[in-house]
Amino acid sequence: MSKKLLEVKNLRSEFKRDKSWVTAVNDVSFTINSGEILGLVGESGCGKSVTSLSIMRLLSPINSKISNGEVLLNGQDLLALNKKEMRKIRGREIAMIFQEPMNSLNPCMRIERQLTEAILLHNKISKDMAHKRAYDVLKSVGIPEPEMTLKNFPHQLSGGMCQRVMIAMAMSCEPDLLIADEPTTALDVTIQAQILDLMEDIRKTKNTGILMITHDLGVVAEMCHRVIVMYAGSIVEEASVKELFANPKHPYTQGLIASVPKLGSKVTSLPSIPGSVPDLSVMPKGCKFAPRCKYAMDICHTEEPELLDIGEEKKRRCRCHLVNQQEEEVKR
Amino acid sequence: MTETNKVNEEHHYMSAEELPKAKSKTKEFIKKFMKRKTAVVSLVFILVLIFLALTARFFVPYDPNQADYSSLLQGPSAKHLWGTDEFGRDIFSRLMVGAKLSLFSALISAFIGTVIGVLLGLLAGFYGGILDSLIMRGSDILFAFPDILLAIAVVAIIGPGTINVMIAVAVFTVPSFARIIRSATLTVKEAPYVEVARSLGCKNGRILFVHIFPGTIQSLLVNFTMRIGTAILAASSLSFLGFGANVTEPEWGAMLSLGRNYLNTAPHMVLFPGILIFLTVLAFNLLGDGLRDTMDPKMN
Repeated sequence: MSKKLLEVKNLRSEFKRDKSWVTAVNDVSFTINSGEILGLVGESGCGKSVTSLSIMRLLSPINSKISNGEVLLNGQDLLALNKKEMRKIRGREIAMIFQEPMNSLNPCMRIERQLTEAILLHNKISKDMAHKRAYDVLKSVGIPEPEMTLKNFPHQLSGGMCQRVMIAMAMSCEPDLLIADEPTTALDVTIQAQILDLMEDIRKTKNTGILMITHDLGVVAEMCHRVIVMYAGSIVEEASVKELFANPKHPYTQGLIASVPKLGSKVTSLPSIPGSVPDLSVMPKGCKFAPRCKYAMDICHTEEPELLDIGEEKKRRCRCHLVNQQEEEVKR
Repeated sequence: MTETNKVNEEHHYMSAEELPKAKSKTKEFIKKFMKRKTAVVSLVFILVLIFLALTARFFVPYDPNQADYSSLLQGPSAKHLWGTDEFGRDIFSRLMVGAKLSLFSALISAFIGTVIGVLLGLLAGFYGGILDSLIMRGSDILFAFPDILLAIAVVAIIGPGTINVMIAVAVFTVPSFARIIRSATLTVKEAPYVEVARSLGCKNGRILFVHIFPGTIQSLLVNFTMRIGTAILAASSLSFLGFGANVTEPEWGAMLSLGRNYLNTAPHMVLFPGILIFLTVLAFNLLGDGLRDTMDPKMN
């Protein structure tokens, strides 16, 4: 069994709105092992990105705070580090890939400078060595003419190339954990596949743990080992990929999976989940999904369910009264 | 690298990613700029003027400070191209030699004001909070005064003289830059690449100067060009009012001020300095306009 790389415990992040604080991420706990890809799915605004930014401690201190929880990377609590120590973690031990590759590279800088920047920041090596390292990583992410690409500006590269450069930048210091925040959303389908293959390659060769944030269930099915489903700032379900797609427990997960178009099916309109994500400042009492849930019972509107271990081996987690009831019945 | 190698590389590159031939942004910019005729003419005018200012000592027909009491207040003639002043000094020679003084004091003061303004703007935009409020309210106060009044106030406090006029002009250049660069910083700060830099472990200072500052250069350059025009005008006005350069110095504003007494009898004494000031300020402003339009993607 591979070792525990990242352990997030009861993470809670809040944002300032006017004079009050609203909770964007509440009581989120999960682990990633090295060499494992954990998917984090959910619709826009459910707290996926805030979770990843909280791990990196990149939330703006002016209007946000992490009010509770622990983020343990190789046993070290990142939330307890000071700014300087945290800077050393960023880039070297955790790196991030962002959603828009075209805008994620500085338009005023040649690729070479951007790539060597991170290398020089974290390693005490000469510029020539850094250049060589940059050349090597570019080559390893499948860029055909690394020497030439190094001399280019970002606007001279295509989206796919930019994302490869971004991955190269993230991997340049060989981090233990890679956080990919919707890495393929802005790319077209064929390039998406190439980028996903590349990430899978990196995972295999470097044994990197990957947190894959996405709303594309196709990507999840293709890449991830385990999946966390988030809704309105909380985890509602966690399961292995196989189990999740074969037997989704939480009504929200069921809705998500049902709303994916299937090739060859004859339905003309896709099923959707009625309603929308509740506003962060006016969260419903009880289960946050209850107002949109077709199975909602009385208890759902009054009491918030706990995230409980379920299933025979207790390897799944789910936050739903209905599922809990069914579990009880099975036990009896 | 040989030519064939280059072609080969480009070929590989295209087959790999099927990109159009990579264009240089600088070349594209120059090409676009060249289409704006007024801006190009202005630029040429400014360059010629700078060249003349630097080399004036070598080509002017007369010593600019040499009085010649046999030819006082003479109009333009073959002997004195733009006429002479009340001491018989050649106006053409004085203007050309004075160009250095007027032009460079304006350039330097605008530059100093710009550096300070840009620094304050970057800090205010980047850090926000109390620092932002302090800097912005400070520049609001400076903004509340008309430029020239502010400059006069500064000179009144620190006393007249060329250096002090430069300080005064620099002071009123600061707030407009602070404000413009602050807003540019606020925009660039939100760019994804700034977050990427942070995620790679960059320090704030590095992010601010290496990643954000280059993004503000466009607005900086345009505003700087415009500000030089204003600075020339302000420096000349201060000298005209007697706050600036010594009247014996061939500063344009001071010459204008001297000629004012002879407006009826020798109008050429104000005409030529006036025209030169007017054209120079106009040229800097038109150049600024041209740069702004060239850089604005909506204007193509």
